Amino acid sequence: MDDLTTAGGTTPVNGSSRRFPSPFEIEAPPGAEDWRRLYPYYYLFSDDRREYEEEQFWFFDGMHNPEPVYPFDSIMPESWWVFLNQYLTRVWQVPPTLGIDQRLVNGYLYVSPTTITDPNVIEERVAVFMERAGFYYENWDDLYEKWVAKAEDCIGRLRELTFEPLPDLEPMEMVTSGRGLTSGYDLLANYSRLLENMHEMANYHFELHMLGYGAIMAFSDFCKTAFPGIPDQTIAKMLGGVELLLFRPDDEIRKLARLALELGLADAITAHDKPDDALAAVAERERGQEWLDALEAAKEPWFWFSTGPGYCHQHRAWVDDLTVPFSAMRGYIEKLEQGIDISRPLRELVGERERIATEYAEALPTEQDREAFQQVLALARQVYPLVENHNFYVEHWHHSIFWNKVRELGMVLQAGDFLEDSEDVFLLHRYDIYKAIFDLLTGWATTNPARPAYWRAEVAERKRIMEKLRSWAPPTALGKPPEAVTEAATVMLWGITAETVEQWLSAQDGGADGEDSNELKGFAASPGIAEGPARVILTVGELDQVQTGEILVCPITAPSWAPVFARIEGAVSDIGGIMSHAAIVSREYGLPAVVGTGFGTKRIKTGQRIRIDGSTGIVTVLD
Amino acid sequence: MAFTVPFEECDAGDIRRVGGKCASLGELLRAGLDVPPGFAVTTDAHRLFLDCGDLRAREDELLGRIDYEHVGAVAEASRELRALVEQAPVPEPVIAEVKASYTALARRAGRADLPVAVRSSATAEDMSAASFAGQLQTYLWISGEEPVIEYMRRCWSGFFTPEALTYRRRMEIPPDEALMSVAIQQMVDARTAGVMFTLNPVNGDRSKIMIESTWGLGEAVVSGEVDPDRFLIDKVILAVLERTIASKQIEYRLDPELGSVVSTPIEDVRRDEASLSDPEVLELAKLGKQIEKHYGRPMDVEWAVDATRGELFLLQARAETVWSQRERPALVDKKGTALDYVLADLLGRGTTAKEAT
Repeated sequence: MDDLTTAGGTTPVNGSSRRFPSPFEIEAPPGAEDWRRLYPYYYLFSDDRREYEEEQFWFFDGMHNPEPVYPFDSIMPESWWVFLNQYLTRVWQVPPTLGIDQRLVNGYLYVSPTTITDPNVIEERVAVFMERAGFYYENWDDLYEKWVAKAEDCIGRLRELTFEPLPDLEPMEMVTSGRGLTSGYDLLANYSRLLENMHEMANYHFELHMLGYGAIMAFSDFCKTAFPGIPDQTIAKMLGGVELLLFRPDDEIRKLARLALELGLADAITAHDKPDDALAAVAERERGQEWLDALEAAKEPWFWFSTGPGYCHQHRAWVDDLTVPFSAMRGYIEKLEQGIDISRPLRELVGERERIATEYAEALPTEQDREAFQQVLALARQVYPLVENHNFYVEHWHHSIFWNKVRELGMVLQAGDFLEDSEDVFLLHRYDIYKAIFDLLTGWATTNPARPAYWRAEVAERKRIMEKLRSWAPPTALGKPPEAVTEAATVMLWGITAETVEQWLSAQDGGADGEDSNELKGFAASPGIAEGPARVILTVGELDQVQTGEILVCPITAPSWAPVFARIEGAVSDIGGIMSHAAIVSREYGLPAVVGTGFGTKRIKTGQRIRIDGSTGIVTVLD
Repeated sequence: MAFTVPFEECDAGDIRRVGGKCASLGELLRAGLDVPPGFAVTTDAHRLFLDCGDLRAREDELLGRIDYEHVGAVAEASRELRALVEQAPVPEPVIAEVKASYTALARRAGRADLPVAVRSSATAEDMSAASFAGQLQTYLWISGEEPVIEYMRRCWSGFFTPEALTYRRRMEIPPDEALMSVAIQQMVDARTAGVMFTLNPVNGDRSKIMIESTWGLGEAVVSGEVDPDRFLIDKVILAVLERTIASKQIEYRLDPELGSVVSTPIEDVRRDEASLSDPEVLELAKLGKQIEKHYGRPMDVEWAVDATRGELFLLQARAETVWSQRERPALVDKKGTALDYVLADLLGRGTTAKEAT
């Protein structure tokens, strides 16, 4: 074991002989043996690189992809597979990191961080990293400004892309303009542009945010070394309290709730569960139009807010489905009618973060330590808005539009009889779609038969396979347990530490963390203690089952679940670290939360009384 | 010449006259904190006591004869000296003033024969050394004028415990400087009591507060007879980080019939129950923070929760000595830029960084 990877805040994982199942031992669920046809060959475990693959530690990325990855949706993990890793290895040369690899097993995504252990190699990379990362940190504010401009430009170009069914005859204008390019060409070209646009945003996505995470993690680890036992949420509190875009959509809902009361429209909104009914009721009122105009204004861009993490096409944005924002609005209106203040305590948070940081600084042993603390804190605070706000630009705004563009394309394929349902487009991998589009074009151009039946049959088969894959329970990890977990994203984003791996191994071996224990340990993500009946929610679609006073137990939450947070007493998630969305939202909403419990949704049943302690990270099943 | 001074009028500048304990109680009152009321019997009273009759001469004679090489001889001399002190008459003016102050205290509390704690308040610079030397006496639940005088005198005789004799010889403290003040303080019938450190005594981390508590009087914690409940609190955000509830076997309570403090077994239901609620822990921690701020250094505090009204009282506050005297290891061993720290962290080297131990 190399000392460079085990020093500092990391601990080695015991028991070198213990292993997770080999990825090569995993069998397909019956009826889904042919699952590999859904995905490109490079996504699969294979004999030609078995030697490497078997020695790696692979963990299930349920955080981003809790379900089998739809073939089209694999563009999301695939894009970070390349564009995140290229930044780590080819741009920054982050000294100990050789990228995070990916594979699919029965359609589920597994990832594997690789760290360098040879001190000589690390030393060579240090110089490159210091120069390049140093430039970015030094010019952060300027680069962030440019970043926002690039992101908005990229989103603007995405919005311009259109996909329309091919015409029987090109319009006259095509002839008179002398443009010389046809609808067939445009379909193909726009599809290419759509993919390019996605990959472009992926580049921006990872341009700044890995460095951002690095700075935040340095601050977090500094605090943990200096103040052993310091709660994670306290570390985050020293960075938070700034106005973040992620809270804007919910703020807009609060504003609309207030406006509805002012205009005397509250009852029109609260009386209807279905947003369309509420809208119709409002439209009939005297000052209804005023409110509807305000709603339209708020939508752009704040309702481009996904109801999930935004990585999967099923996560619909508020613009597409007003159920979530309207349900939140009803809650706010009711609170306002009861005279309850619904504003977020942002100003208090800002004052609090200064006091907290000052007091911790005072507790340090030496003047030099205080200086170092202030330096690391200043950098972490500088990067924090990007680390948080990128999420709105990328996952919510850009990706929500992106999925809708793919739907438009699906309608083109449906119009050509290639798909029964436009939503079936997500069952095709993006490279399959190139073939399908070209196939469609041959039929359109020649006026002779193309092969839509081929695609309809293929989609039917894939649907059947996906159904089988969904009922399969992916193991938490595969392969060889790592000697240490040092890779920044693994710790910060996925919340996986050496302790997590140890916990998984024990759970697998039926140890102390097995089924019998009534305690689960996760990250203390947001302080406070809550006790109440659990509500286990596995998908966004089940969200409306959540009752007031319950504790939400879910694989992962997204910021857009905010409406639910107004009703619940606390939150528990299987996956996620202190910077995961669930943690951030819970803190801002003052709800106790424990994230990254690993098995919360498996161990806890809906209706069971549980107690969560957001200061210690302990979840106790009381029944 | 004042033989008694109310705690309200004691402060850190008064140590030579009222001793460290009374001075610190005075300081706590000045910081606006709740301390059970009481008064100091000053070193002037002790000096007058020594100057009366031939007490000082007889003391000197006995002290001069001690063969410090023999433990037995020191113990024998201690017995003789303590008997001498405890039988010597207390001067009338001292008796009169102590009785008057006690009566005033009892009147203020609305109870004749008010039970009080009678404790030594050492004038030595180093309180913890004085404590170590066994010079400090504590007598609890003392009621009535005569018993107060009696136990005050026993505090004075505490100077002649064998440990104290040896300590003073080693430190070469001249006998005429060896004066003791005595604190007379209204007794708190404690439901729960214990100690609080305004740092983590395990690692010296100053962002934490550690509270140890048990049922009944704090003596059980101080003496180590009971494994106390332990609470680790984040001092900055005032949140309980760790809670270790011990199985507490005995408690010190007043036996009303005997009129004295007895050790009694704790009944099963209460044994494994937390002796402090979370709100109490946090209230106490807030006080700890206030005390630390007042003194400008980490403190070691004794406290109690009143059994009838549930109020929190501070019984003593002194400077924390273990970590305060030790040089704390620096976290950062080399001045660097923020980028250096990011790199060190990426490489798993902590804060470039010696391990905080």
